[in-house]
Amino acid sequence: MAQALTRAMRDAMAEDPTVHVMGEDVGTLGGVFRITDGLAKEFGEERCTDTPLAEAGILGAAVGMAMYGLRPVVEMQFDAFAYPAFEQLISHVAKMRNRTRGAMPLPITIRVPYGGGIGGVEHHCDSSEAYYVATPGLHVVTPATVEDAYGLLRASIASDDPVVFLEPKRLYWSKADWRPEAPAAVPGIGKALVRRTGTSATLITYGPSLPVCLEAAEAAREEGWDLEVVDLRSLVPFDEDTVVESVRRTGRAVVVHEANGFGGPGAEIAARVTERCFHHLEAPVLRVTGFDIPYPPPMLEKHHLPGVDRILDTVARLQWEN
Amino acid sequence: MTVQELPGAGASHRSTQPPAWSPRTDAAPLLPDPEPYRVLGTEAADGLDPELMRRCYAELVRGRRYNAQATALTKQGRLAVYPSTVGQEACEIAAALVLEEQDWLFPSYRDTLAAVARGLDPVQALTLLRGDWHTGYDPREHRIAPLSTPLATQLPHAVGLAHAARLRGDDVVALAMVGDGGTSEGDFHEALNFAAVWQAPVVFLVQNNGFAISVPLAKQTAAPTLAHKAVGYGMPGRLVDGNDIAAMHEVLSEAVRRARAGGGPTLIEAVTYRMEAHTNADDATRYRGDAEVEAWKAHDPVDLLERELTARGIIDEAAIQAVRDDAEAMAAALREGMNADPVVDPMDLFAHVYAEQTDRLREQAAMLRAELEAEDQS
Repeated sequence: MAQALTRAMRDAMAEDPTVHVMGEDVGTLGGVFRITDGLAKEFGEERCTDTPLAEAGILGAAVGMAMYGLRPVVEMQFDAFAYPAFEQLISHVAKMRNRTRGAMPLPITIRVPYGGGIGGVEHHCDSSEAYYVATPGLHVVTPATVEDAYGLLRASIASDDPVVFLEPKRLYWSKADWRPEAPAAVPGIGKALVRRTGTSATLITYGPSLPVCLEAAEAAREEGWDLEVVDLRSLVPFDEDTVVESVRRTGRAVVVHEANGFGGPGAEIAARVTERCFHHLEAPVLRVTGFDIPYPPPMLEKHHLPGVDRILDTVARLQWEN
Repeated sequence: MTVQELPGAGASHRSTQPPAWSPRTDAAPLLPDPEPYRVLGTEAADGLDPELMRRCYAELVRGRRYNAQATALTKQGRLAVYPSTVGQEACEIAAALVLEEQDWLFPSYRDTLAAVARGLDPVQALTLLRGDWHTGYDPREHRIAPLSTPLATQLPHAVGLAHAARLRGDDVVALAMVGDGGTSEGDFHEALNFAAVWQAPVVFLVQNNGFAISVPLAKQTAAPTLAHKAVGYGMPGRLVDGNDIAAMHEVLSEAVRRARAGGGPTLIEAVTYRMEAHTNADDATRYRGDAEVEAWKAHDPVDLLERELTARGIIDEAAIQAVRDDAEAMAAALREGMNADPVVDPMDLFAHVYAEQTDRLREQAAMLRAELEAEDQS
């Protein structure tokens, strides 16, 4: 996935001279995850810029660059390091189009490596999507496959609106049969995809939890469950129709994500599914999420993250008999 | 037993040479003058350009009248709120006058007068404060960024825009305005640091008007002056009398020229005073005494220039009257523009959130439309 993301930026920069990559360590080092590897060498330091270490300054400068007609792609290095930039994100990036009645859209892509499962220490593993999806004016997308990493990043850079591009760190090194010489067609932002068809219940998920859900779906076959798995790919806009169609067919739904449950995206999704599928549901919409705790230290994270067993236990609870 | 005689002491002396490192030694020229720079009432005023000063005078008088009219509009309920710049007009006017057409102004919420002096229609400048939409103009058309209500957050935008323009080879300078309170914000620091590292063509103008709402400068910073902060970033700091428009124009022009020539950013502290309350919602008598206000009244920016120009024969009674008549006409036009009830379209709530509306917004827009139709029918 890492290579696909690099390739997406490289192709975008080659096609459009207004695309600029910027952030801490993105130049000479190629980023701490090497996602921007080689870009400074190929396009020069003016187009792949090592900035001072200051997230508000990075995003704030990107706002000014976008005001002047550039398409900045900003790297935030780690989920929890993006928080100093929140005022810029919420007060300016998300609102500039609205404040100016459409006269000044900001085509900024904000890449945020997020989530746990890599043994990272404190402040390196937050699932911060709830903050972003609660902010009108931002698109929020997150790829779970190598192809989507490429396609969604291209679509994000091409978007005239700001996009928070959440990169599941633990999938950076996932390998797949992806041929960089022939990148897949770019999927638009806002389309969910049924990754596995099934008949007994729908698992609704995204990003780092997709592989876990697919594994759970395989394991569930032994219990007699045929699970459908929907990958949201985009949290804002939320592709309600694909989700609703699936749940109406299966009659049962579980939302799975790493972020804390209370006020997390799963709460919103469960509410929407309930509103639109009430008469089709055989059981309440359930959630499997991270606990409502600060992200735990590496030696405890396996107890916090939604795993196959917890998903299967929850699926078993869908045999609702009250 | 001395330290040298301690067992093992000799060994620790072998590799004590630290790696070579030395700080920049060219900091002295970056330091501000000990006193605010002044022109009016000094010998330097002999070199004034009469034409420029007549223009400055006319703009100052208009600016004072604009402030009075905007304050009156809040009393009539036409503006929700107005942060006055009475006493600070010289800073506002000079900031607008030193910019070329292609340059950009980054104002704070208090700087509507600078936007007006740059040529923006006063009604458009006050739309935010009237409350019919957040920004009443197209920023690209006037090269005036939206008025920023969060403090100092517009400063990194100025840096980014100036940087982008330079990357494109365009001759553009960005001038960003902030108050004394805003210099305590993190974005102020980050913007100055970025600008200096990138050598971006930016001028930072701090209007030190004495108070951040009620908090005086002494409780805002322990720095000798706000201009001294510049040296920490590696850019020149300039201290200037913010009520002296000749000094303001000269110092700002020099900074703009320097930025345009590739010399990088400058931090300017204009020492001035907010004669009125923070806004009409504020009670200034709770945090400052009359004596202080009176002392500053004697150093009024309009009077200061009027005295100098009259003494030098650059303006006379007739010229002063003509300028006042012009200001009256501006105020009348502003009153008229503001007395017309703005037409607001509720459906605009959904029109400019995204380039393309999401399903969610379409659904909510339909709900509002139905509510509006129901209201119409009842």
